[in-house]
Amino acid sequence: MESFFDFSPLVQEFGTILAGFWSTIRLTLMSGLLALILGTILVAMRVSPTPVLRAAGTLYVNILRNTPLTLVLLLCALGLSDTLQLAISTDPGTNYYWWATAGLSAYTAAFVCEALRSGMNTVPVGQAEAARAIGLTFTQTLRLVVLPQAFRSVIAPLGSILIALTKNTTIVIVAGYIEASAVMKQMFDDYGGTLPIFLGFAAGYMVLTLPTGFFFGWLAKRMAVVR
Amino acid sequence: MTENGDATPLVRVENVNKNFGALHVLRDISLTVSRGEVVVVIGPSGGGKSTLCRAINRLETIDSGTIIFDGKPLPAEGKALARLRSDVGMVFQSFNLFAHKTILENVTLGPVKVRGIPREQAEKRGMELLERVGIATQAGKYPAQLSGGQQQRTAIARALAMDPKMILFDEPTSALDPEMVQEVLDVMIGLARDGMTMVVVTHEMGFARRAANRVVFMSEGQIVEENTPDEFFTNARTERAKDFLSKILTH
Repeated sequence: MESFFDFSPLVQEFGTILAGFWSTIRLTLMSGLLALILGTILVAMRVSPTPVLRAAGTLYVNILRNTPLTLVLLLCALGLSDTLQLAISTDPGTNYYWWATAGLSAYTAAFVCEALRSGMNTVPVGQAEAARAIGLTFTQTLRLVVLPQAFRSVIAPLGSILIALTKNTTIVIVAGYIEASAVMKQMFDDYGGTLPIFLGFAAGYMVLTLPTGFFFGWLAKRMAVVR
Repeated sequence: MTENGDATPLVRVENVNKNFGALHVLRDISLTVSRGEVVVVIGPSGGGKSTLCRAINRLETIDSGTIIFDGKPLPAEGKALARLRSDVGMVFQSFNLFAHKTILENVTLGPVKVRGIPREQAEKRGMELLERVGIATQAGKYPAQLSGGQQQRTAIARALAMDPKMILFDEPTSALDPEMVQEVLDVMIGLARDGMTMVVVTHEMGFARRAANRVVFMSEGQIVEENTPDEFFTNARTERAKDFLSKILTH
């Protein structure tokens, strides 16, 4: 019973825990960046005048958004990496990091795409008409006029997606990559499943996600387009 | 009306038809606009005026007929269409200034991105144009910080920055507070004096009388009457035009 309220394992393993959270941060930032890029490409496909591109974008979003992340990551780690031997690196740590990142960004991109698409709906049609009227092409209109305004209107939802992504990194445990929650599971095995360890890790995630939320809220206000 | 000696009309609209579902908004429309000519399109709401205006730079597609601009039929899509639009200025009822860009950026975006003019040169020209429409002091502000009249004058400067062969005005003063109408009309009258080819959808009789070479009266998707402003306002030939004029002139 005494060991149930014992905080000392958190102190003893502090270095390992920090390393775990560092992996979480690396996964989150890289996946977030790739998801943002892929999501932007996807939304451009979904609104393009070419039916084939539109269909491909819609298909992608509907498949990835409706598949559990666990399955996506298992497909990457077990299916693509282990079974099909598609190694990104010969070092297992690096290999699983990139496969985990690939799975997380492929999954998150679908949500980024949909957030951006709803942001595009807040941009009045007249903005795109004025852009076309001065001779901008479809891609220029999207890149210079519509998307910049769409991005600014969905900063807060994109922040929520980033927070969800931070917490979703816990699932890469199935893909063989060691991040914070994997360290926690190991500590439960070593020290027993105690409340202090759990609380310590929960606090660790909040240290990452709470400032993210506040920052994106502030940024959304600052960048809002006044009409 | 062909002051520069070029006799081919700048715009030739031939037998154009368009439907919005069951609504036949353009019925067999034919119209020519010469270089340097100012044509005012007038008529009751829902008569197809805006649709015709927007069809000339293909913001609105047509179902049949042809529109020829500067000797060539309007391209259907892609780079050729973008190039055509860069030669045809457009001023909208709701201004449509780019909300995330400053006044100066609104005016330089087209020249820099479409014409490939160096930014510095585009900004110099942009400031000259803003000077011309009387809002150079507002160059660093965002559209939402300006009055409607100032925004619409910016929109005119944005169109001028492309050195267009003509400018289309789609009810440019209809969304303005009454006290701001004249400042926009003054800029437009100045353009007309300078020889800009203009098609103007408007209810502003004063503008039509002072600046138009020709008034085109549209109703129910058809061009009902075409005449000089003086003839049209004092001596309309058709019943529909007389009826329309009696309604707007009594107010």
